[in-house]
Amino acid sequence: MTPATPTTARSLPGSGEERRHLIVAIVNNKPGVLNRVASLMRARNFNIESLAVSVTERSDTSRMTLTIVGDEVHVEQAAKQLYKLIDVLKVQDVTDESIVEHEFALIKVRATKRTRPEIVSVAEMHRSKVVDLGDEAVIVEAVGEPTEIDTLVELLREFGIKELVRTGSVVMSRGSGSIEEQVKR
Amino acid sequence: MTQAGHVPGAGTPAASAAERARRDMLRDARITARDGVRPRIGADALCEAILLQGSDTIWGYPGGVILPLYDVLVDHPELRHILVRHEQAASHAADGYARASGNVGVCLGTSGPGATNLVTGIGTAMLDSVPLVVITGNVPNALIGKDAFQEIDITGITLPMTKHNYLVRSADEIPHVIAEAFHLARSGRPGPVHVDITKDALMGQTTATHPSAAEVEAGLPGYKPKLDGHPRQIKLLAEAIAGAKRPVILAGHGVLIARAERELLELARAAQIPITWTLLGIGVIDETDPLAYGYMGMHGWKHVNRAIQSADLLIGIGMRFDDRVTGNVRTYAPKAKIVHIDIDPAEIGKNVVADLPIVGDAKHVLDALLPLVTKVDPTTRVDYFAELATWRTESEASSWHGSGGFRDGVLSADFVVERVAAGSNFDANLTADVGQNQMWVARYGGFRRANSHLSSGGLGTMGFALPAAMGAAVAVPGKVSWAIAGDGGFQMTLQELATIVQERIPVKIALMDNKKLGMIRQWQEIVYGGNYHSEELAGPDYLKLCEAYGLPAWKVSKPEEVDAAVTAALAADGPALIWFEIAERQNVYPMMPAGKGLSDLIDKWGDDGEDITEGDGGPRVDPMDPTSGGAK
Repeated sequence: MTPATPTTARSLPGSGEERRHLIVAIVNNKPGVLNRVASLMRARNFNIESLAVSVTERSDTSRMTLTIVGDEVHVEQAAKQLYKLIDVLKVQDVTDESIVEHEFALIKVRATKRTRPEIVSVAEMHRSKVVDLGDEAVIVEAVGEPTEIDTLVELLREFGIKELVRTGSVVMSRGSGSIEEQVKR
Repeated sequence: MTQAGHVPGAGTPAASAAERARRDMLRDARITARDGVRPRIGADALCEAILLQGSDTIWGYPGGVILPLYDVLVDHPELRHILVRHEQAASHAADGYARASGNVGVCLGTSGPGATNLVTGIGTAMLDSVPLVVITGNVPNALIGKDAFQEIDITGITLPMTKHNYLVRSADEIPHVIAEAFHLARSGRPGPVHVDITKDALMGQTTATHPSAAEVEAGLPGYKPKLDGHPRQIKLLAEAIAGAKRPVILAGHGVLIARAERELLELARAAQIPITWTLLGIGVIDETDPLAYGYMGMHGWKHVNRAIQSADLLIGIGMRFDDRVTGNVRTYAPKAKIVHIDIDPAEIGKNVVADLPIVGDAKHVLDALLPLVTKVDPTTRVDYFAELATWRTESEASSWHGSGGFRDGVLSADFVVERVAAGSNFDANLTADVGQNQMWVARYGGFRRANSHLSSGGLGTMGFALPAAMGAAVAVPGKVSWAIAGDGGFQMTLQELATIVQERIPVKIALMDNKKLGMIRQWQEIVYGGNYHSEELAGPDYLKLCEAYGLPAWKVSKPEEVDAAVTAALAADGPALIWFEIAERQNVYPMMPAGKGLSDLIDKWGDDGEDITEGDGGPRVDPMDPTSGGAK
């Protein structure tokens, strides 16, 4: 009889090495599709770090950019489960591709007459601009990679941030390739 | 699409006939009604669309907002509506209908509670990949979101447990949505599709035509089930099979869904591989076939789990390596290379790492594989099969199965299941509830035919057996349909006795009454140290119950009475019930405790039989006897 004792344990799916993944999904632009995606992520225990949704060049499709933290199998599961939704047309994990990843932020910073010029110069040094100038606060508008925005937010924190809104990342691959053109219709 | 279903393939005479019927259905947007001619409304379009898909049976229950449909049913006499006693039974009956026939089951309920009552059946079908189209009514468009009477966000509720769902607000959408719903339900990995239709949509006049199959597919750019496996992977599989010394096939529900039983057997014969099966894979092969090795998993046969643990190649086909099959994954089949064939890419790598993944329909993949398989001379596997045979003899001898079936006149469950199945030459449809009875059916049903075993595997829904057997009996009138239910599950849906009597549905019921929630009692005995709670279950006098409902019934408490009762129940015209008073403390063995592996089976078979002779010192309450603290 063959011995039943295992020499090595069978490994479980996934390396366990978690990192941030960027997933782009092209979906039908219909009511309820966002709910389907969100519900799936909740039910399957995937944690969405950020989610950006907007219409694409075609009015009948929307584009979602999701950032999810997990190991490669976990994130691949998320992508495969997304694909099973009838309204999802294309899913791609672009984390390791050559991409432009940008995020947009509005930051309302506490300001006085004395600190205002300083805030403006911090903003300008970071390719940001001041879009509203008030007596007690200014709004800085920032566009860039999430890490750049993190840095700006850290710098502005010393003046006191009253309000902060970020859109989450949106991404696009460099070169002539287009995920939207890959959607089979 | 070559997916099995009622809709015939393009170019065939049947397809042309269907196409003519599709065009004729419109009838100038007017319906010839009982009392003259009237305009065609959404509810008519719904009936037409269901008929066009080849379904002729709806399991349903009326209510306020769905009444417009009931108002026109009389004008669509080809459509049989079966009135159940609770919507949950409608969904299970449609499920049983679908499992037994391979066609789409249809069920129906009104808004609010009617819809929520369907939910358990939808979940059951989802977990087991059963094609259902579930239709609910909803309140008029203007009242949606207003917390109107019997309004609930049912599409919000069914969203995570359906393959897809719809909220239909206008009559014009109905033909397309219903055609799409059937297509989604039965193609790819099947599943339930829910269509919620507002009262306005049911009542609105419409001239919308029914789409062709091609139009439906064209409207679903995000849905392209992959049927053919990758040729390179299939070639690698043929090579892996050629190099394997101890291969084992793990066949699941996907083989039955793809109707690939013949191809599976061809593979097993050509390459001399024993076939084992999951709970929902029962029926993939005639269990008397020499290559049929048995049922795997938590309560599977010991010899089967042993073969898996010692295999060098596991070929999983249309199954998902779920926790009841693998136990602890880390100790699962430690020496085996795992091949995983499944139509759903999300199943690959979900529970186990597949060394060789193949995404595709079981039939397509096997068809492509068979020409590449090197024929194996049976003599080269003599040692392997001899060892397997030894293991099987040991494991079967230590079970009561085939050993007279009883000790000291006690009626044991395995004996009852086997005799019930034998009563129809192992050709009947057997539906099971959940718990011990389910495992006894799986182990001792002796199945010889595809789609003859119906069991709620994934969701594990008690109360499934009786309504599912109704569905099977209507779907496959040529076969006997037995509901094998425990007294727990039976009491969850026994209201359907009225349905089978009213509709003359010839379901035969084997009530396995141990006056316990048997599997709960078994776990409390083995896992919770005998700390019994809520496992004593009082029930009615089932003979009086059946008399009240108007169906013949027999009570059996001795082994020698079993065959005669089975014969009498089968001879009865229409439905019948046998009340089997089985041993109260019989456990299902072997058993793999949760979190353990397939090599860690608890197996008490062959000891002094204390499990069946009440040797565990548990509470002694006779549920039927008021003096012992039982029935009041």
